[in-house]
Amino acid sequence: MAVREGLLAVLSGGPRHGYQIKTDFEQATGGVWRLNVGQVYTTLDRLERDGMVTLDDSGESKVYSLTENGEQELARWWEAAPLDEAPPRDELMLKVLTALDRGRDHALRVIEAHRTVLTSLLQQRRRRMREEGPLTDSLATQIVNDALMLRAESDLRWLDQCEARLQATS
Amino acid sequence: MSEHSPSTGTPVLEFMDVVKSYGSGTTETRALTSVDLRVAPGEFIAVMGPSGCGKSTLLHLAGGLEPVTAGRVLVNGRDVSEMSPADLATLRRREVGYIFQRLNLIPSLTAVENVMLPLELDGTGRKEARERATAALQGVGLSHHLDRYPTEFSGGQQQRIAIARSLVAQRSLLLADEPTGSLDTVNSDEVIELLAGLPAKFGTAIILVTHEPRFASWADRVIFLRDGHVVDESR
Repeated sequence: MAVREGLLAVLSGGPRHGYQIKTDFEQATGGVWRLNVGQVYTTLDRLERDGMVTLDDSGESKVYSLTENGEQELARWWEAAPLDEAPPRDELMLKVLTALDRGRDHALRVIEAHRTVLTSLLQQRRRRMREEGPLTDSLATQIVNDALMLRAESDLRWLDQCEARLQATS
Repeated sequence: MSEHSPSTGTPVLEFMDVVKSYGSGTTETRALTSVDLRVAPGEFIAVMGPSGCGKSTLLHLAGGLEPVTAGRVLVNGRDVSEMSPADLATLRRREVGYIFQRLNLIPSLTAVENVMLPLELDGTGRKEARERATAALQGVGLSHHLDRYPTEFSGGQQQRIAIARSLVAQRSLLLADEPTGSLDTVNSDEVIELLAGLPAKFGTAIILVTHEPRFASWADRVIFLRDGHVVDESR
């Protein structure tokens, strides 16, 4: 979870107090990534300890600012392409792999159940997008919606591929 | 604002324990087995499944293009298997429209003449047919250059013309078999969005066969077919 870098990105827009950092982060992420206040302050404490932010508590509320180190860290994060592919350890894959261990028919049932649920999820998102639409959604929300739709499509394609492989081995 | 919404009246299409086989004896192949399906007026259904699962067969039976082996297919309450060839032709002209991956427009007719064709075949006068065809084309977002020939339009525009042709006779059921197969992504999305708007606009029920989850997501219901069976459904 890149909350740490997300907070640095919010602070790159100028000094802010803790609660404003939380709300700006949530707005920037299209409202789909909620943070609790405790998590925000814990992360800010660590960033201060690491010299990425400074804290000014001379006024009524604590105001955080990005340091030069923080600027550099943020620039590195934005530019670092994730070249090293992470191990494929998502839950859906784990479910299919463990189901396969119980036998082909069980795996096919698990695939079918998840295909239905994911398709239903796509339909619900589409309905919401049609009802509320790009006229009311912020650009961030539209981009988040696109990502969620495409990821669900990708999972569905993968499930189809799993099914085809299982059918081919029967 | 929707003018129409899926109703609970007489289904526009009903499959009752439908079986479809090809061949016989040891060479018999089941394309559909015990399929039950009800499609309400103005409902948008997507049918998904791997190649050979029976998707296209389902559309053929729905439109009376092929007879069932067993069971019943009702279109607007009437049993298709009891219809004469002439009745079936009338059914396809007046009640059931098709959109295919291949555009099937007649190249020697202009856009508006292509759309006028089903009306003229049904005895509508040329003037009225032209007015209705022009309105149908406007309904799918085409209002210019209607006297040009199909090849003068882009692929997406040609599919819009095909949709207008299938709608012009105010048919209650539209069967679309991979209608975006020959289009690029942008045109595909536009065509599906257009299709998805038809039930609310005209009260037309749609059955869309597609491989694309993105397109199926527009549907009220998604039916999953496997080896000729309906195995699941999502809403």
